[in-house]
Amino acid sequence: MDIFLQQLINGVVLGAIYALVALGYTMVYGILGLINFAHGEVVMIGALTALSVIQFLVASGVPLPGPVVVALGLAAAIPVCMMLGFTIERVAYRPLRHAPRLTPLITAIGVSILLQNAAMIVWGRQYISFPALLPVTSHSIAGATVTDQQIFIVLLAAAVMAALVYVVHRTRLGRAMRATAQNPAVAGLMGVNVNTVISITFIVGSALAAVAGVLVAAYYGIAHYFMGFMLGLKAFTAAVLGGIGNLAGAMLGGLLLGVIESLGAGYISDLSGGLLGKYFPDTFPMFVNGGFLGSHYQDVFAFFVLILVLVFRPSGLLGEQGAERA
Amino acid sequence: MQLVNRFALGLTFGFALIVGGCGKQEPPPAPKTEAPKPPPEVVVRIGSVAPLTGPQSHLGKDNDNGARLAVEEVNAQGWVLNGAKVRFELLSEDDQADPKTGTIVAQKLVDNKVAAVIGHLNSGTTIPASKIYHDAGVAQISPSATNPKYTEQGYKGAFRVMANDVQQGKVLGEYAVGKLGAKRIAIIDDRSAYGQGLADEFEKAAKAAGAAVVGREYTTDRATDFRAILTSIKAKKPDLVFYGGMDAQAGPMVAQLKTLGLKARYLGGDGVQTAEFIKLAGPAREGVIASSPGLPLDKMPGGKGFTEKFTAKYGQIQIYAPYAYDATMTLIEAMKNANSTDPAKFIPVLARISRQGVTGPIAFDEKGDLRNGPITLYHAKESKWEPLETVGGEAAPAVGAPAGAACCPPAKSGGEAAPAVAAPAGTPAATGEKAPAAAPAPAAPEKK
Repeated sequence: MDIFLQQLINGVVLGAIYALVALGYTMVYGILGLINFAHGEVVMIGALTALSVIQFLVASGVPLPGPVVVALGLAAAIPVCMMLGFTIERVAYRPLRHAPRLTPLITAIGVSILLQNAAMIVWGRQYISFPALLPVTSHSIAGATVTDQQIFIVLLAAAVMAALVYVVHRTRLGRAMRATAQNPAVAGLMGVNVNTVISITFIVGSALAAVAGVLVAAYYGIAHYFMGFMLGLKAFTAAVLGGIGNLAGAMLGGLLLGVIESLGAGYISDLSGGLLGKYFPDTFPMFVNGGFLGSHYQDVFAFFVLILVLVFRPSGLLGEQGAERA
Repeated sequence: MQLVNRFALGLTFGFALIVGGCGKQEPPPAPKTEAPKPPPEVVVRIGSVAPLTGPQSHLGKDNDNGARLAVEEVNAQGWVLNGAKVRFELLSEDDQADPKTGTIVAQKLVDNKVAAVIGHLNSGTTIPASKIYHDAGVAQISPSATNPKYTEQGYKGAFRVMANDVQQGKVLGEYAVGKLGAKRIAIIDDRSAYGQGLADEFEKAAKAAGAAVVGREYTTDRATDFRAILTSIKAKKPDLVFYGGMDAQAGPMVAQLKTLGLKARYLGGDGVQTAEFIKLAGPAREGVIASSPGLPLDKMPGGKGFTEKFTAKYGQIQIYAPYAYDATMTLIEAMKNANSTDPAKFIPVLARISRQGVTGPIAFDEKGDLRNGPITLYHAKESKWEPLETVGGEAAPAVGAPAGAACCPPAKSGGEAAPAVAAPAGTPAATGEKAPAAAPAPAAPEKK
């Protein structure tokens, strides 16, 4: 039982990270109907920028407590990502706003590749270790362990989602966003500066990406130029699973995906190698050592879920009818 | 600064053009114009391939310099074959650690009529290139490729001067059970050719030694989250976790293992025994044990002399330079013994060679693997890899060597004694038993 609980905790934390990134996808989609595939790369740039600042601070020998150093790194990463997000929208998407839907999608992929390679040139190909600056305190709950960091990640993701929901539903800016989502032309006639609203959406989404990037790098203690790709894909899957464009859906989708992955990877070896391979070694010889369908299929679960959702409930679990999409 | 760089670049290009031009125009047997001495000179070309650019370039350059040092020494000594002075010429190629580029440069070397190739550095490039060398009848000695497949293809001219992964997995398995007393073992691998091969060999050896494999989990060489499989492993209560894979995964994995409260010893192969792992794992690295083929530099029979020669010319040794040097020297000795620079004649001699190299005795088995290659176990202590003991490497396997009593790293404190490297009695260069205790382990390989 404690093991199941532990897997559940692993899954929820993983899911919270996915959710945090998925919020960025969903915000942009909610307003523009565009899947910003470069979002994962913004996460990566955020992580690596913060890492560079943190490395510089550590090397300079200024006696600062660990969390402050990380906070300074984050403080540097957020404006960089905001500027990046703004630039991406201005350069790659705005000129194509009235182009067929496929065109901005292809640009998005292009921007993603561009950013990856630029990061590779700047930061190199190797894995970079993220200094262990945050104290890791473990708590024990019914035999399972939870660290402060994990609790912080989940709480932060929840807080960010709540704040976004508040902004979208309760503020002037949110009303402008919803209006733009419904009909940009009419919103413009009503005095909404559509370009500004869209720019702000990208800026806010990119700031979230910076936060997510720093969290991921600190959580795993590792960062590299390729880290945004898989994370972006998973987060996109989470957004679709919950209903893309729907803020609560992104959160739900992220958490579900994290738990599915965690439980799947945690138990598939027991199932394939332990059960089928043990009791039916003749029928399933390939299962005997678990190598045929083992835990390295962790990533497959996410995309298997994506296919199921697209087939049976294309609009996602909570549907696309979030307020932003109206 | 910019100007200087451009100037240097221009110089380099110019120089490369001149050298390249010379290389192409010069037919192998032609006497050099600026050396109009009466005895004719024969140029024998030896290829040297390693990644000279990219993230592994420091390792590649190291290999290349090792081979170059050997060639320069032999040329300085001089060797006369059939009345003609033989001059060896080293052709360095960059395979970028990329299998595709590896085969391209291999073909280029074959077209340039090399007699033999020292290389490549990585298993991934060595294996596809070996077919090209084999088809052309060229000898190949890899200083550092450890994947067993390289010598399992039945190529007569393919050799290596380093223990392979089968030998390494076996040593690790026996060490885990015999020395660390592991009874319940969980194994993780990254499904790469290297990781899977090493883990399979480890499993075989550990089972043969009497341990139970309670869990076998898998990950990929891109993964960063291992909590699910580690939790699954935790449920099986192992006392040792073995990982077959690279440092980029092992680092975060060890850290996650610690936060999950899994109290098992962590053991890995040479993919883990790297300086990068020390950085990536953070404080969780302490007590991790990993192996690496070969002896620590300061325990090599000719380590001291080689270090002096090498550092005077090229600076710090990364890791494989002594192996590249030995590979080149062994090759040339085989040519001398065979009295021929024709691969068809010297390859059979090379296969039977037995000589004392810088890294240890060099002799090949029927496949071309190093006979009884030594494997050294290290443990991470105070952010460094410290040698624990060496298995094999001499005529008599040194598994049960006397110093082995200090098997458990945590029991050793401070670093007051020399590491328990089981140097068998009579090793000529077992000098300075005390001094190496503080010496850092040699820089480690990055990707193999």
